[in-house]
Amino acid sequence: MREGIVQRFSFAVYLGLFFLYLLGPLAVMAVSAFNTPDYPQVWPFEGFTLDWFGKLLSDGDMMYGLRTSLWIGVLVVLVSVPIGLAGAIVMTQIPVRARATYYLVVVSPVLTPGVIIGISTVVFWREFTTLTGMKFMYDGIVMTVLGQASFISAYCMLIILARLQRFDRSQEEAALDLGASYPQVFLHVLLPFLKPALFSAAVLAFLSSFENYNTTTFSILADKTLTTVLAGRVRQGTTPAISALAVFIVAVTVAGALVYEVMKRREDGRIRRRQQVAAKAEEAEFSGTPEPAAAE
Amino acid sequence: MSGGLTLVVALPLLAALILILLSRLERRKGAIAGPGFFQRNGVAVGLYLAVAVGFWAFFIIVLPQLAMVDLSFRPKLPPSQMGGPKDIFTLENYRYFLFGSTTSTANWNWLHIKAFFLSIGVSILITLLNLAICYPLAFHMAQSAPVARLRVLLLLLIIPYWVNEILRAFAFRVLLSSGGVVNKLLMGGGLLDAPIDFLGNDVGLYMGLSYAYLLMMIFPLYNAIESLDRNQIEAARDLGAPWWHIHAFVVMPHAKPGIASGCTLVFMLSAGALAAPLVLGGPRTLWFTPIVYDRFYQAFNWPQGAAYALILLFACIVFVLAVLRMFRLSLGEIAR
Repeated sequence: MREGIVQRFSFAVYLGLFFLYLLGPLAVMAVSAFNTPDYPQVWPFEGFTLDWFGKLLSDGDMMYGLRTSLWIGVLVVLVSVPIGLAGAIVMTQIPVRARATYYLVVVSPVLTPGVIIGISTVVFWREFTTLTGMKFMYDGIVMTVLGQASFISAYCMLIILARLQRFDRSQEEAALDLGASYPQVFLHVLLPFLKPALFSAAVLAFLSSFENYNTTTFSILADKTLTTVLAGRVRQGTTPAISALAVFIVAVTVAGALVYEVMKRREDGRIRRRQQVAAKAEEAEFSGTPEPAAAE
Repeated sequence: MSGGLTLVVALPLLAALILILLSRLERRKGAIAGPGFFQRNGVAVGLYLAVAVGFWAFFIIVLPQLAMVDLSFRPKLPPSQMGGPKDIFTLENYRYFLFGSTTSTANWNWLHIKAFFLSIGVSILITLLNLAICYPLAFHMAQSAPVARLRVLLLLLIIPYWVNEILRAFAFRVLLSSGGVVNKLLMGGGLLDAPIDFLGNDVGLYMGLSYAYLLMMIFPLYNAIESLDRNQIEAARDLGAPWWHIHAFVVMPHAKPGIASGCTLVFMLSAGALAAPLVLGGPRTLWFTPIVYDRFYQAFNWPQGAAYALILLFACIVFVLAVLRMFRLSLGEIAR
């Protein structure tokens, strides 16, 4: 058993090092957000302060960028989730021979570097809007939404597709046989089934959009988002205000992740309860003597 | 340039039209059975599907890429001359990448060429390094961790996952700059007399890149290994296979799609990284993406920038194809 102990010990060391590498830099940065010196410093810890958070709030550019980022995030969700849904449904209906090509086209943005997506979006729409006289469309926010939508829609499609593949088409046929119209089937059968996947896709789309830099820095043109302002600040010099922003973002993400986790668990629980109730009802029905009769 | 754009828009639309007509023809001949697209979905939903997917595939994905290809073969011209007689197809932007001049081929453009190959080479090394770092943990999580510990591990992984790329690079700057934590610790411990310039000699950049995309490796690996039936490992062990045999001949072949998709993502992200080189690079740092950026927003030479972007895209496509070939996989298996 000596070997087992050595193995276990070395794995524990590896695990410790891994998480030190993963979380250590973030922890150091977080501590520096609460330390008084101008330069982000952890040790010596000269005094606890919340000033850097105040500096952040009074930073006009940063707040403007935050607003733009939130806007873009919402717009990307509104564009990408419907596109991803359509993409997934089409994937299940497209003839088998065309499927590989279709898949290649719609998944390619996931495997393309973000800078290239940003560049190509701006290049195309600059020409296209000039040519068609829609110059008003050539706007930083519109370009960023279009650029980000290319790969975020693909993420959404993959999430929705995973659930769609478990969809039982006989449900749809049953609804049609009972006289439902096509839009009714779509709205009342398919969408409710896909709801959890749509929700996950929306959360993922928003977060991906919010933290994106590579595509945004090209497509935002003269406008600014939180990430582009941030990149400018970091290049100018390092201040603990940036650490403070990081702490803020981590806190928001952790809160988001927890809420998401709790909601998912509640949903899972509800499904399980519903299944239990259904199973019980079925049992009662098939046991020959219905329960009210037994009570008599 | 309008001529080029017409071509860019017309060609894919024409291709799609031909495909639709072909399928119509086949249907009429009876080669395809079953209800048609609009029959199956109804007019309203069918229209939504067609418009959404059409807009996505053409206006968001294909046309921009083609427009970039088109632009990269054009000379840099003032707007008034675009579409004029001087607006012809040319290789001068690619010539500039190789020779540092749009006309002469006398000297090689070593700065850009070196930056390109360095970025590609370092990205490959970072990919391999991240695979080596992540594999044991992914295996542990997928096969042997108790449920409670797995929850904690996943949570610990997800938190840093959503921290912005720039902030991750910034964290490394706080750690590694000459007044940073690591140097202070080393000097305080008496190990060093003067701070090491981690950022100037690019150690910071390479560490930062590896760090930034660590999680892109672990999740695909975890998902792939998780689907492996544990009985297979038990069976191999019972038959007397040493641990490295189990990994090399049982786990890794099964996890091939996950390994391939993690490697592709990490490579693509680090070769195309912009934030980390900007934040962690020294003044003499060579990385290809910032050079592409400068073509656009320092030199204001968009055709040249498009050509440089295309060179980078080409490298990524070659890498993806090489990985697929090496693992004998199809694209559908890795992109999920």
